[in-house]
Amino acid sequence: MSKTIKIKRGKDIVLVGQANNEILSVTSSSTYAIKPHDFKGLVPKLNVKEGDEVKAGDCLFYDKKNPEICFTSPVSGEVAEIVRGDRRAIMEVRVLADKETNYKEFNVGGFENKSADEIKSILLESGLWPTLVQRPFGLIAKTDAEPKAIHISGFDSAPLGVDFNFSLQGEENNLQTGIRVLSKLCSGIIHLNVHKKKDHEIYKGLTGVQMNFFEGPHPSGLPGVQIHHIDPIAKGDVVWTINPQHLAFIGRLFNGGKLDLKQVISVAGSELVKPAYYSCIAGCSLETILKDNLKQDNVRVISGDVLTGTRIEKSGYLGYFDQLISVIPEGDEYEFLGWLVPSYPRPTISNSLPISKFLTKKFKVNTNLHGEERAFVVTGQYEQVLPMDILPVQLLKSILAGDLDKMEQLGIYEVIEEDMALCEFVCTSKIEVQQILSEGLELMAEEG
Amino acid sequence: MKFLRKTLDNLKPTFSKGGKLSFLHSTFDGIETFLFVPNRTTQKGSHIRDGIDLKRTMFTVVIALLPALLFGMWNIGYQYYNAIGQTDTHLQYFFYGLIQSLPIIIVSYGVGLGIEFAFCQIKGHPINEGFLVSGLLIPMCLPPDIPLIYVAVATAFAVIVGKEVFGGTGMNVLNPALTARVFLYFAYPGAMSGDEVWVAAKPENWTDGYSGATNLAEIYKASTGGEAFTPGVFKASAWESFMGFIPGSIGETSALMCLIGAVILIISGIGSWKIMLSTFAGGFLMGQILNMVGGNAYFDMPAYYHLIIGGFAFGAVFMATDPVSAAQTESGKWIYGLLIGILTVLIRVFNPAYPEGIMMAILLMNVFAPLIDNYVIEANIKRRLKRVTV
Repeated sequence: MSKTIKIKRGKDIVLVGQANNEILSVTSSSTYAIKPHDFKGLVPKLNVKEGDEVKAGDCLFYDKKNPEICFTSPVSGEVAEIVRGDRRAIMEVRVLADKETNYKEFNVGGFENKSADEIKSILLESGLWPTLVQRPFGLIAKTDAEPKAIHISGFDSAPLGVDFNFSLQGEENNLQTGIRVLSKLCSGIIHLNVHKKKDHEIYKGLTGVQMNFFEGPHPSGLPGVQIHHIDPIAKGDVVWTINPQHLAFIGRLFNGGKLDLKQVISVAGSELVKPAYYSCIAGCSLETILKDNLKQDNVRVISGDVLTGTRIEKSGYLGYFDQLISVIPEGDEYEFLGWLVPSYPRPTISNSLPISKFLTKKFKVNTNLHGEERAFVVTGQYEQVLPMDILPVQLLKSILAGDLDKMEQLGIYEVIEEDMALCEFVCTSKIEVQQILSEGLELMAEEG
Repeated sequence: MKFLRKTLDNLKPTFSKGGKLSFLHSTFDGIETFLFVPNRTTQKGSHIRDGIDLKRTMFTVVIALLPALLFGMWNIGYQYYNAIGQTDTHLQYFFYGLIQSLPIIIVSYGVGLGIEFAFCQIKGHPINEGFLVSGLLIPMCLPPDIPLIYVAVATAFAVIVGKEVFGGTGMNVLNPALTARVFLYFAYPGAMSGDEVWVAAKPENWTDGYSGATNLAEIYKASTGGEAFTPGVFKASAWESFMGFIPGSIGETSALMCLIGAVILIISGIGSWKIMLSTFAGGFLMGQILNMVGGNAYFDMPAYYHLIIGGFAFGAVFMATDPVSAAQTESGKWIYGLLIGILTVLIRVFNPAYPEGIMMAILLMNVFAPLIDNYVIEANIKRRLKRVTV
């Protein structure tokens, strides 16, 4: 039964620089990178060394704890560099791309008749398995557990969010194949959640899914919130989530037998000359896209949205899970009596900033903290932006206290960092909510 | 601005670690961040943050207190001239009240901030803004002719025992301002109760027949004297009590001004309307129930009187809503407020020797707030478990 769910609590943060609905192409980037840090809890083990030749779809590194999970090269070429960080942790595996991409062939013929295990091994080998994210904890899906359901959020409600209905045009067939493939791995329902007021034409003809309708502000587009309202997670449950772009990748793999990671991403934000959609391949370098496209130099480039994304260099690489690059100004400036008379509008949920709250529709937001970190004082704020029956403050306190029982009882299985990113945004005391939650999730995943 | 910024930048090394005046680091930091919102940017998690911070939050509360404070100053003068049987201009009333109350405010802020700064310095913490509000609440809930030394002692007690021993702002169990008041009430009852302290004029200067009794004292007298309730029990009419033309603590007399403050707090979203509404509702409800029971003048007093006499409105709007010492869960706030209202009226009626029930009620509920929250949390956990089995 399809459901219609109204999300009341939350906040749409509307920013200047939403990508125009046009797809620009740029000279494709010369290097591509896969970053192990994009995957939570992953300990990578290299499968290649610098100088090796790889095809698109060849394994670059795998999960040390689970060696069948491969992370593959999005393009063919030469392994150019393995970038290491502190304690020699692998930060990036860079591949210098060939002019023509050579694809590794995957035997996908007649997948409809293949067993779940065969499907699984194709996904694992192709490197698309890690697109399946497992709840609780938001880790890469375990290979030995069948999920009770799969949730696909068909829309992005985050600031400057991607319009999938635009970026996935023409992918209908791939999406459908993707759904058929996933239905082989999950006997439960595959939920496709769309926003009632946002266009969702591309999903309309899809079969094999239960379409659920959401209304209301961000975080209505987050799978965590959707799962909570459709079919909540309890202890022992396993649920998978996947984003629609990745679903199309899976479909493409099973339609064509090769790993083709072309996608349309949104490059947005107030500091871009031309905020627009760009056609590129997963893991691409942003150098060509951002070159001559920045209004100024003192900017923060974020792979992902401004609430949950990862900060990257201007010449950095697109994150594995992201279809959005946000570029906003840094806020490293002093503001004279800024707490009393703000010198420019800033997004807020507080009525005590009336000009920002009521008179400004679109914000040019920067990265300033707008205050200093303080002890937790103001109550009732997190609850305004967390549309779940979860007590956010008490959950965070149980994490700080390291109380595993309380964490479990208060619903830690139902949330991952992104679900509480708005709590962090609104916090008067500037507490690092996502960091705390992340520590709790890690502890729970280890102990639980 | 640039000049100011430059000066601060030049001074900064002196106050930083290793600098000559590094022992004043927190103080410098407090002043600097007061003048300039720092240039700190987000490093982890969300890249953007809401424009609100604790400074603005606390400042909004101070703004909300101003109507009650300014009116209170005028009222001190008005009551003074009334007591000595003279009249004067409104400006003169206000001016008199200003002179009378300003030293109390200065002492409260001076002592409180001094201790806070010292503690922050020792612990290496940044200075919290919480005392900006407490420092004003303390004078506003004290009688107008309270000796300054008492103010100083009470403030020190409130900040040290009420707050710092628990870990500073955000960690205290009791409302700091009420801690100061209750300390004075038990340590120096002579200065905090009776009929003589609520007017700035010395009793020997009063005109014949003048009584400085508060509404609460009058109704107490009436009920112990076995009188039936008539509006005539009070010197002041209900309207005058609501407006605040009555003797009392500096900022608490006018229910109207407290309501204006409430409107500011509610519109700005800083104060919890749930707590305010449920406190008033609790008081009114209990008043109604006691009306039905009947017995003496206090029982028979119409319920709305409870809301306009004494410090009920002031406590409900400014004291009960302190987010740190109140219930922290949203449903808990309803229960917390309701119980404050109910307890206030119960304390007033059943134990009228305590002239002000709301102070006791709020402090008591401060202590019980974590328990209320605990029940709300348990209910949430049960709800979650139930969901699983269905």
